[in-house]
Amino acid sequence: MKILKTKNLEKRFNGVRAVDRLSIRIEKGKITGIIGPNGSGKTTLINLLSGILEMDSGEIIVDGIKKNTRILPHQIFFYGITRTFQNVRLFEQMTVMDNILVVVTERNVFSSLFERHTEYHKKIAEEVLQKVGLWEKKDQLAFNLSYGQRKLLEIARTLATKVEIYLFDEPFAGLFPEMRKIVSIILQELRQENKTIVLIEHDIGLIRELCDHVFVMNEGKLLVEGKPDSVLKKREVVEAYLGG
Amino acid sequence: MEHLAILFAIYAILGMSLNLVVGYTGLLSVTHAAFYGIGAYTTAILLTKSDVGFFSSLILGIIIAAAVSFLIGIVLSKLKGDYYALGTFGFNTIIFAVFLNWQKLTRGPLGIPGVPKPELFGINFANNFNFLVLVLIFLILTYFASRFVVNSSFGRVLKAIREDETAIAVFGYNALYFKLTIFVISAAMAAIAGSFFASYVTFIDSSSFQLAESMFILAIIILGGLANLRGSILGALFLILLPEILRFVGFPSGIEAQMRQAVYGIILILLMLYRPQGLIGEYKL
Repeated sequence: MKILKTKNLEKRFNGVRAVDRLSIRIEKGKITGIIGPNGSGKTTLINLLSGILEMDSGEIIVDGIKKNTRILPHQIFFYGITRTFQNVRLFEQMTVMDNILVVVTERNVFSSLFERHTEYHKKIAEEVLQKVGLWEKKDQLAFNLSYGQRKLLEIARTLATKVEIYLFDEPFAGLFPEMRKIVSIILQELRQENKTIVLIEHDIGLIRELCDHVFVMNEGKLLVEGKPDSVLKKREVVEAYLGG
Repeated sequence: MEHLAILFAIYAILGMSLNLVVGYTGLLSVTHAAFYGIGAYTTAILLTKSDVGFFSSLILGIIIAAAVSFLIGIVLSKLKGDYYALGTFGFNTIIFAVFLNWQKLTRGPLGIPGVPKPELFGINFANNFNFLVLVLIFLILTYFASRFVVNSSFGRVLKAIREDETAIAVFGYNALYFKLTIFVISAAMAAIAGSFFASYVTFIDSSSFQLAESMFILAIIILGGLANLRGSILGALFLILLPEILRFVGFPSGIEAQMRQAVYGIILILLMLYRPQGLIGEYKL
């Protein structure tokens, strides 16, 4: 089943088409890789899918709900989407624990005024922090974490939301091997839970290892798609990466 | 002594309420004196021109400040960072101009004299000690109300908005509503301080609610510490007592007042250089 689709999606920056009439279909319960050279429009695509940017034209269809204008950032959660950022965006001057609690507690303004976090919320936080190995650091401020720990905390934050679609923007970049392993296991576990994962990644080895399907983008356009092994062999993919 | 304690309590209420917006939510607002003024004028006008009692005027002041801050907050919600600060600067200036020029209501520069003291259940608060007890009760109430807000899930979202508004939005939180709500809560609390101020000093005019007053309240919370309610109380205590302490320094007569201002400025600068989070702050701007 296709859970997330774009149809002729377009985004221009000063006349340059960062995403150029892009139509892709993303399968539920799979890991879909998006690769391409720098500036090929991968992050712009994720920003369009998560409402950070407004599309110029085209459609985004999430689980059958069609949007041909902007999805506002605070609405994407209700579409069942969550994401990480290429440059980690944590709540720096808050504790590791609060970084998780804040995304699992009440979203309604007035109800949240009368809510204190409960054992239930703490349990979710403990579960995801244990998973990324940050439970011991729960009382530290986020800005005191190392780069790798910060990336892991950002991933833990998305896990806590328990939504259907996860957009990961280079989650492995800059991680030590043992941390890469943790992230890799998390992605595979999500797939086992029938969650949908969109993965932007530069490491071809990881793409081969993890992805069920790959879209290759170049200059905002879809260059080719298919199974990782067959796609990565194609001449145009190699050329795009090596600059022809 | 009671005089200083009363002033301290009024400024502690102002500081705590402003801290909700600046320290917890990260919105650098310098329009707090406007809401303080709305509370003060509501009480002064009602007590001198009608039979309305102090506590009714206090509640009405809260309602008017909340309504005005709601409208201002909608406009401010479109601004971020430095532009937000400049926007609040503009609103303080506008409201000050209203206080100064709406002469039929506020008597403009002539001010409103003869504001009576509160009376409740037969207790007259004209006596400074009684008044102090009353204002301290309200200080404690404001403290617990603020604590209730910052310890709630709502309070945690405020901090997240301060840290990264886009990131928290992506998790389904409409930052605009949160920012608007805390701005209104904060303004309502400032109005309480205003009502007490008007009734205590018995005479108010627009000069008490200028931008400089907003800056003074901001100095209290930066000095005491952002995102810490007790910090605001400490900051108020320090800045209210400072002129009294400096009295003993023995500056040459004639320039005492100016010297005190200068010392006060130097303390702020030193603090920013060596302890930017304030005395017991939990957040750096």
